[in-house]
Amino acid sequence: MAERSFKAEVEHLKLGAGQKFTGEGILAITKALLESGVGYVGGYQGAPISHLMDVLADAQDLLSDLGIRFEANANEAAAAAMLSASVHYPIRGAVTFKGPVGVNVASDALANLSSSGVTGGALVIVGEDYGEGSSIMQERSHAFAMKSQFWLLDPRPNLPSIVKAVSDGFDLSEASNTPVMLTVRIRACHVTGTFTCRDNRRPELTVEEGVAAPRSDFSRVVLPPASYRHEQDKIERRWPAAERFIRERHLNEIFGPATAPVGIVMQGGMYNGTIRALQQLGLADIHGDSEIPLYVLNVTYPLVADEFADFCAGKTSILVIEEGQPEFIETQLGSFLYRATSEVRLHGKDVFPMAGEYTGAVMRDGIAAFLKDAAPQILPDTVRAPNTEALEIPDLSETVPIRPPGFCTGCPERPIFAAMKLVEKELGKHQIAGDIGCHLFAALPPFEIGGATMGYGLGPAANGAFDGGGDKRPIAIIGDGGFWHNGLSSSFGNMAFNKSDGLAIVVDNFYAAATGGQDVMSSRAASKTKSTRNPIGRALRGIGIDWVRQIDRTYDVGKMRDTIREALTTAEKGPKVIVASSECMLNRQRREKPLRNAAIREGRRVDVPRFGVDESVCTGDHACMRLSGCPSLSLKKLDDPLRDDPVASIDQSCVGCGNCGEVADAAILCPSFYRADVIHNPGPVEQRLARFRGRITSYLSARRAKRRLDLGVSP
Amino acid sequence: MNAPIRPMRSDDAAGGIIKLAILAVGGQGGGVLTNWIEALARANGHEAQATSVAGVAQRTGATVYYVEMAPAGEKETVFSLMPAAGDVDIMITAELMEAGRAIMRGFVTPDRTTLITSTHRALAVSEKMVPGDGIASSEEVLAAAEIAARRVIHADFDALAIASGSVISATLFGALAGSGALPFRREAFEDAIRAGGKGVEPSLRAFAVGLDAARSGTDATPPETLDAPYRVSGPEKLLAEWAHLQDRLGVSPAPARDIADAGLRKVVDFQDIAYGREYLDRLDVIAAQDSGDGNLTREAAKYIANAMAYDDLIRVADAKTRAGRTARIAQDMRLTGGQLMQVTEFMHPRAEEIVSILPARMGARWQQNPSRMKLIDRLFNRGRRIRSDGIIGFSMLYLLGGMKGWRRRTLRHAQEMAHIDAWLARVQSAPEPVAIELLRNQRLIKGYSDTHARGQSKFARVMEGARLVEHREDAADWIRRLREAALQDEEGKALDGALQTVKSFA
Repeated sequence: MAERSFKAEVEHLKLGAGQKFTGEGILAITKALLESGVGYVGGYQGAPISHLMDVLADAQDLLSDLGIRFEANANEAAAAAMLSASVHYPIRGAVTFKGPVGVNVASDALANLSSSGVTGGALVIVGEDYGEGSSIMQERSHAFAMKSQFWLLDPRPNLPSIVKAVSDGFDLSEASNTPVMLTVRIRACHVTGTFTCRDNRRPELTVEEGVAAPRSDFSRVVLPPASYRHEQDKIERRWPAAERFIRERHLNEIFGPATAPVGIVMQGGMYNGTIRALQQLGLADIHGDSEIPLYVLNVTYPLVADEFADFCAGKTSILVIEEGQPEFIETQLGSFLYRATSEVRLHGKDVFPMAGEYTGAVMRDGIAAFLKDAAPQILPDTVRAPNTEALEIPDLSETVPIRPPGFCTGCPERPIFAAMKLVEKELGKHQIAGDIGCHLFAALPPFEIGGATMGYGLGPAANGAFDGGGDKRPIAIIGDGGFWHNGLSSSFGNMAFNKSDGLAIVVDNFYAAATGGQDVMSSRAASKTKSTRNPIGRALRGIGIDWVRQIDRTYDVGKMRDTIREALTTAEKGPKVIVASSECMLNRQRREKPLRNAAIREGRRVDVPRFGVDESVCTGDHACMRLSGCPSLSLKKLDDPLRDDPVASIDQSCVGCGNCGEVADAAILCPSFYRADVIHNPGPVEQRLARFRGRITSYLSARRAKRRLDLGVSP
Repeated sequence: MNAPIRPMRSDDAAGGIIKLAILAVGGQGGGVLTNWIEALARANGHEAQATSVAGVAQRTGATVYYVEMAPAGEKETVFSLMPAAGDVDIMITAELMEAGRAIMRGFVTPDRTTLITSTHRALAVSEKMVPGDGIASSEEVLAAAEIAARRVIHADFDALAIASGSVISATLFGALAGSGALPFRREAFEDAIRAGGKGVEPSLRAFAVGLDAARSGTDATPPETLDAPYRVSGPEKLLAEWAHLQDRLGVSPAPARDIADAGLRKVVDFQDIAYGREYLDRLDVIAAQDSGDGNLTREAAKYIANAMAYDDLIRVADAKTRAGRTARIAQDMRLTGGQLMQVTEFMHPRAEEIVSILPARMGARWQQNPSRMKLIDRLFNRGRRIRSDGIIGFSMLYLLGGMKGWRRRTLRHAQEMAHIDAWLARVQSAPEPVAIELLRNQRLIKGYSDTHARGQSKFARVMEGARLVEHREDAADWIRRLREAALQDEEGKALDGALQTVKSFA
């Protein structure tokens, strides 16, 4: 792990029965797993569940004390496949990844797992990355539950409910021999709160004990004719068992008055937003006591027809609050009503938008629209006939600039894309496919490089159609995370096998950096529990790719540019790969800063570089900005009536990576940049030399100054 | 687009909940601030819930943190996980454009929102890339804030934090305490910082500064050290000659005098007294055409000075070896006693630059000779890292910077003077409004090497475009539009479009 410690979080995991846990949702889930007697855990990091993986990775001692196996799986498919242990063995297992990309990758294993069915509880925790701040395509994991027949939990977003969902999930899984997916939305992962702990539990059967006494049963293997029987079993036995369990254990919740003309059905995750909207409409108090009956689906799949029918009894209209599209739940509930020849009117996507996040305003307007139609008498007058005017506030849409994510200060990827931009100026635009990871920010200004992303590890594969080449070669970019996730086989195996003539650039920053700096196989630090330090170049040669150039300092923009140019113009046929390696600056700073500060304190010599710009030499053309975009390289308006345009300026946050100077040099930009190295604790010889130099240079400067007019002009 | 905002209604049952949102840019410590607020509420008899959408926060994007709190009672409170338009009591924005974004999203409303914002700017990439001045208007956002918010507390909380050796989260926490928008005493806030346990002392210092800034209600930006009014100094003989030049300035129209003074200082500093005289001669010619309000003279004073003080190797070398530069850099780098500083310059001379300091005729001849240029490139064209604190590096730059006597003979000087003559001839033959715009076109020429060449080409194209419209009544307006288009992007795509438009009717 990238030298970042989760010790404080691990302490939380040790709390015992009756003690109060206070913290984030995702950590509460981690604690709940231990309380549920889980036997093995695994997964693949990604927002918003990275924290779960990071904490588990740091909790190895605690986990082994409890007899729990933790795997940082190679990818989501590997994680889901690991749940296979719960097929024959009565061992509870949990894996986590983000949805839906993770679910997409895992779908093969999830489908097989669902077909086989499980003996021990199998829980898939999915961080549903949907809405504001999401970094992926906007889709629902719900469809996967429907197609593979596993159960889907979507608990109310507070810590006690989420924790309860974990233990209910295992019970449900075992009661119905079916894997269960627990989705938590991005805000629920980060929501803070409190719950009362139970003791951590050792698994009844550990994986060590399991593997020592192997089991097998042909009827659980997905092969005909067993697979036909699996399908029948799902429908005839597992599904009814799940419905029974959901009803008996009251996994879904009903709030509000027993009788009312209308009711609201919602996904558990929508509960707090619904209550807020009802509070605003004067129909609920701050404790959530609602004047409208609420049917909260903590289990969104399967839906229980008779429970729903009971809720509908005596009501004329029902509103379904279901975020995302298509409206699977609403369609199913409508079908229930139709089959029961019910008179109840069903609303949902008619008053709510089909697509997009259900924000506060959307909730309030949607529920108000439903009630205006279905039960206007219960709405306060101000809602039925608002007489307040909307306020006129100046339109700032032309003023406020958008702030898309970009590379961090000192990021080693910036010089790679600066070099690509320079090559582009020489050789023209190329077909470029990107992957998933930080490098995708290069698609945004100022680089505007890359035109597609097809999935994690699939960058070079996405150029397959162009692999034959033409007048120009296709370029693909992939990170080291993507390389080990899936890229080696799907992308590079593909390139090698098909004799691709394209170029792939592996952005190797020593970590799965975009997800928080987790170790990968080529990470440089030694790890106690993982095999690291496996060079990417060696893996490539192993699959028959010989044109591999290793660059160990990406900040060398000139070399970077020359190597890319060579790859695009060489007469040599076959796949070309450039492995561009420099450590993720965020992680490097996190590791080196404390060491550096300690060294300075202890009186050792330390050289701290930082860049600067000579204001008087900078002409304000901003060419450097268009090849950088570094947050620490900004603009400054000079107090000089003769200057129109702001000049470049580098602030305190500069880490001295060198990109500015290298770019100024490689692109022949301008001589304004300088690097200042501050030497802490210099040695005596060095000090004497510096004094000598200083005397000579200041003598010369002073000599010239004396002979000219000092006009107060900034030099 | 601004979200439609409806004020909260009186029947809102959620009135007992305090809703606080924070909009920060990655790396500003929004998470720390959120933790403090949450701990503060919990330690003072409130239930609290916080959440965030962190996703890509670390990577310079904007992040929303959201906290709700209510007095703790028998029953637990149901809090929302996201701020709703028109329903935020306290909005804290850690950068000014984020305040603008909060207003656009409807999180700032006149009936309830206390807006606490830092006025400093973290420029977006789109603002920095523009070859001209692409910086968004802070005034517009502050003006909108005054309308949109119930109350605005604004100061440069970033500068205040840096001055106290801390980060902006601490000064903003102080401003939150100072605003009185939360029902907790100052000591409770400070306890929350202490309970956090990291960097307590600097945080408390910055907290106090932020609190005072919020209470005093003025824009308490730390005073910048203003430069003392300059006093010219130097050898007696030069001072006497300078006084003569100054006398000539006295006759300039008042609105132009300050600029002409700055321009004169710039060109004399660039070259010598005689060059200053030439500057004033050129200025006089244009000033003679001034209709009387001094506008033409002022623009001429500015742009002739800029054109005459062109950016050549000699100027750059001089700037890098001036007395006081080392001290200035040392201050920027916060050098303290016992530390040393080494300074490395990044230079990359090409054949063009080498030839440009040769005698004009010889240089022009060489420039026409590709094989000779290639040879010079082979000898000189590579990145040079020059240690300007070292004796060899400094001496090289010092010698180059001392070549002012040679400058007038160089090819570059001849080229620049030819450019100025041609440009001013156009200016002279144009009516005043057009002349002013033609003068301003000099702004397009900047940068070094390729960038400089691109600037010159843009200048040439705008001047060419100007010729097409010069006869029209709205010529000045069209020339201004052409220039602004040229400043929009590097390649001049916007300029191409504008020129197309001009050609379509000219």
